[in-house]
Amino acid sequence: MLKVENLTVNYGAIKALKNISCEVHQGEIVALIGANGAGKTTILNSISGILPIDSGKISFSGTDITKTPPHEIVKMGICQVPEGRRVFANMSVHENLEMGGYSVKDKAAVNAGIERAFTLFPRLKERSKQLAKTLSGGEQQMLAMGRALMSSPKLILLDEPSMGLAPMLVEKIFEIIVDINKSGTTIMLVEQNAHMALSIANRAYVLETGEVVLSGIAKDLAEDPEVRKAYLGE
Amino acid sequence: MLLQQLINGVALGSVYALIALGYTMVYGIITLINFAHGEIFMVGAFVGLLAVSKYNVNVFVAMAVAMVASMIIGVVIELIAYRPLRKSSRLSALISAIGVSIFLSSLALMVFGADAKAFPSTAFPVRQIKIGEAEISSLQLLIIGISALLMLGLEFIVKKTKIGKAMRATSEDYNTAALMGINVNRVISFTFALGSALAAAGGVLVGVLFNAVSFNMGLMAGLKAFAAAVLGGIGSIPGAMLGGLMLGITEVLGVAAGFSSYRDAIAFAILVLVLLVKPTGLLGRKIQKKV
Repeated sequence: MLKVENLTVNYGAIKALKNISCEVHQGEIVALIGANGAGKTTILNSISGILPIDSGKISFSGTDITKTPPHEIVKMGICQVPEGRRVFANMSVHENLEMGGYSVKDKAAVNAGIERAFTLFPRLKERSKQLAKTLSGGEQQMLAMGRALMSSPKLILLDEPSMGLAPMLVEKIFEIIVDINKSGTTIMLVEQNAHMALSIANRAYVLETGEVVLSGIAKDLAEDPEVRKAYLGE
Repeated sequence: MLLQQLINGVALGSVYALIALGYTMVYGIITLINFAHGEIFMVGAFVGLLAVSKYNVNVFVAMAVAMVASMIIGVVIELIAYRPLRKSSRLSALISAIGVSIFLSSLALMVFGADAKAFPSTAFPVRQIKIGEAEISSLQLLIIGISALLMLGLEFIVKKTKIGKAMRATSEDYNTAALMGINVNRVISFTFALGSALAAAGGVLVGVLFNAVSFNMGLMAGLKAFAAAVLGGIGSIPGAMLGGLMLGITEVLGVAAGFSSYRDAIAFAILVLVLLVKPTGLLGRKIQKKV
């Protein structure tokens, strides 16, 4: 479904990604794990088209999207939930969801999408008219996810959904991620919380300073002594 | 007496507000001080003048024509002078803006000459209306009325329409707006069109009010409106409206108090004061550094 080949991205003189290749198949949850600065977010932003890449190729369902502008990529069915949630703080919950459905032309479909988000996250319905900045961290994460679902994406890129959340909320958010995946949406998940990420993912890639150092079935990686030592704190 | 000055101040301030909105909206989205904005105001005034004097249309039609013409000019300026520099340093775009500003005023000087042109006296019949002690001219009423109408229209667009909401989203978080499927380039063009239309309306109103349109009228008006935008909090739309009105009233009161030779200095004194004491302005948001 999504294929990244030999992706290289430089920030000035710093090589953020060196020849990265990875793949996501239809229906999967694929995790990208690694320490801070390993290049996980850079991969997602390259896929979404908001970062200029230096070389390499990204294709989605067989179409080359390497040079496609971000709003076209959303239309093709890839939507990102950015790191730190990035809800539009001074807009209401309802307006945030509307923005998620910006690429949807049909107004009835947008309203149906908002209803869907409210069913998935009842808390959002209660706070529909509130400004997003008044929400708690967990609620903002729900809003960011609900907002991304508005465009009915085929593939969701989730960047650090557990960041800054209490453990109980993290569990809840991950349950929802699994639910979203079960309802047919493919997921690419970037996480520092490797333990949680590996517990729900089918496959995973381990990144270190801009390179893929390990990849494979998530369950196998979770048992790999190197991974356990470096990322699972054992 | 005070009421009279307030009326004069609100009329002048409405025009400052109209121009200030363009600065603030553009800054809100691409953090660029569009120094060519004052010249768009000037071009709008000339287009309005041409429409009235050559084609004998009334002021309202002239204003509509000026607004449309300026919209196009504003969008084209962004396209050729700012967009290619989007990824360069902010300073490059700022210098480009100053270049466009000089270009437009020189062009107007070449085409229309150096002397101020006047609207024909038939353009808008001026009558005085008494309100108690004070008098308000039909022209002042026109200015206040049109400005209020345009600002309500703007408020509606920004609050209720899809593209208006996209403007707010882009102004809050450019990258995330793009990630949501918003075509940010189109939003930016739309913002320039809106701001330019408002400036053109202001240009025609000022042209009729002072009965003078000249190639360099955009400089002072633009700088003062910029001061108004900073006073209100650059990036904030209600701030620009408030800042414009406050600046207009302060200026008129200052003149009435006998500081008429410092008329233009008042705006800049306020600008310096705001930057020293509260750089975010009256209604501006605190600028957060994104981590």
